Amino acid sequence: MTTSMKITIASGKGGTGKSMVAANLAWAISQSDRVTLVDCDVEEPNLHLFFPPDDPESTDVQVLIPAFDNSRCTLCGDCAGFCAFGALVVAKDRVLFFPEHCHSCGGCALVCPADAITEIQRPIGTVTTRDLSAHLSLVTGTLNEGEVLGVKVIQEAKRRAEKPGWMICDASPGTSCPVVETLHGSDFCLLITESTPFGLHDLELAYSVTSHLDVPVGVVINRSDGKDEEVRRFCNERGIPVLATIPFDRWIASVQGSGDLISRVDPTWKERFIALGGACRSSVGGT
Amino acid sequence: MKICIPSRGPDIQDLVDERFGRAPYFIIHDTESKMTEAHVNSAAGAMGGVGPKAAQFLLNQGVDSLVTERVGGNALEALKAGGIMVLLYEEKGSTVADAITAFLKGNLKEQ
Repeated sequence: MTTSMKITIASGKGGTGKSMVAANLAWAISQSDRVTLVDCDVEEPNLHLFFPPDDPESTDVQVLIPAFDNSRCTLCGDCAGFCAFGALVVAKDRVLFFPEHCHSCGGCALVCPADAITEIQRPIGTVTTRDLSAHLSLVTGTLNEGEVLGVKVIQEAKRRAEKPGWMICDASPGTSCPVVETLHGSDFCLLITESTPFGLHDLELAYSVTSHLDVPVGVVINRSDGKDEEVRRFCNERGIPVLATIPFDRWIASVQGSGDLISRVDPTWKERFIALGGACRSSVGGT
Repeated sequence: MKICIPSRGPDIQDLVDERFGRAPYFIIHDTESKMTEAHVNSAAGAMGGVGPKAAQFLLNQGVDSLVTERVGGNALEALKAGGIMVLLYEEKGSTVADAITAFLKGNLKEQ
């Protein structure tokens, strides 16, 4: 039977190694199981860098924005009064629209008493699907420069990635809306941290988000210098399992730097990442 | 003529706020009646779109000129479309009363 499990890789702090863990985990599991890796860091997606370059087709992610029929508009101001995001200003002779502020809620069209607003589509990003092997696909969401609605691109990337097997979502750093959207629907979250005060501080923040969303977690300590007492104490006190420790190591850095995966070049690391996947699965009661 | 000055507080002796959309108060002064009224900027703490919201507020209040240190691109576009003149006033540490006096002297530059 195929495993069906959704894991989000998050961290709070940037640069702890989310993408490194996500790519290695996905590649290792795909040696025996079907995996879809989803790059949800839509402002700076980078997982494709670990795989051979190609030129896949991408499709637009569209959002709805208002279009105004000036012959019907009475300049009553109801639309601008409704808009919570300052995307509309009703001047003396016309309505001004600031598309970058629009959250596509459609409220302006609903409240318009003159039926002067229709909704039209506007592209804000793309989703790309790459079939990397018979068992591994990569779905990448990319938010266009200057756009703010990353959540919509994440939603669409996850929708396209919906297939039997494992789904591994690489979240953006931080704890705001894009991370919450990435975590939505996940069975488990791997929090990647490092043995620094910043790593621990942001791990606490990220854990507060996963707790609030009721997503079970495990921790991976990356670039460990062996002095992980603070992180381990934090995890022990809250009953969070530390599922893997990756050392601060020149060889690992050089493999990463060359765009390769430690699980692809070293069978020991492949087994460790397979074991990490297994630990995630058993943490949520899977077999 | 009605002029608006973004302000830190509700009184004309309060300091001018250097921001437009995020100023806590808007003081509106009518140069004919000499009447001054203070309005709380309800959008000052909003996540975004504060410039257009503030511009809409000034349009609704029938303001003719805005006297401000700084104004963002979206707000400026909306103010211009609404026929509100934007005058730059860059004297640091001034009160709203100082800004009104400077406006009445008529030597502020248009943005």
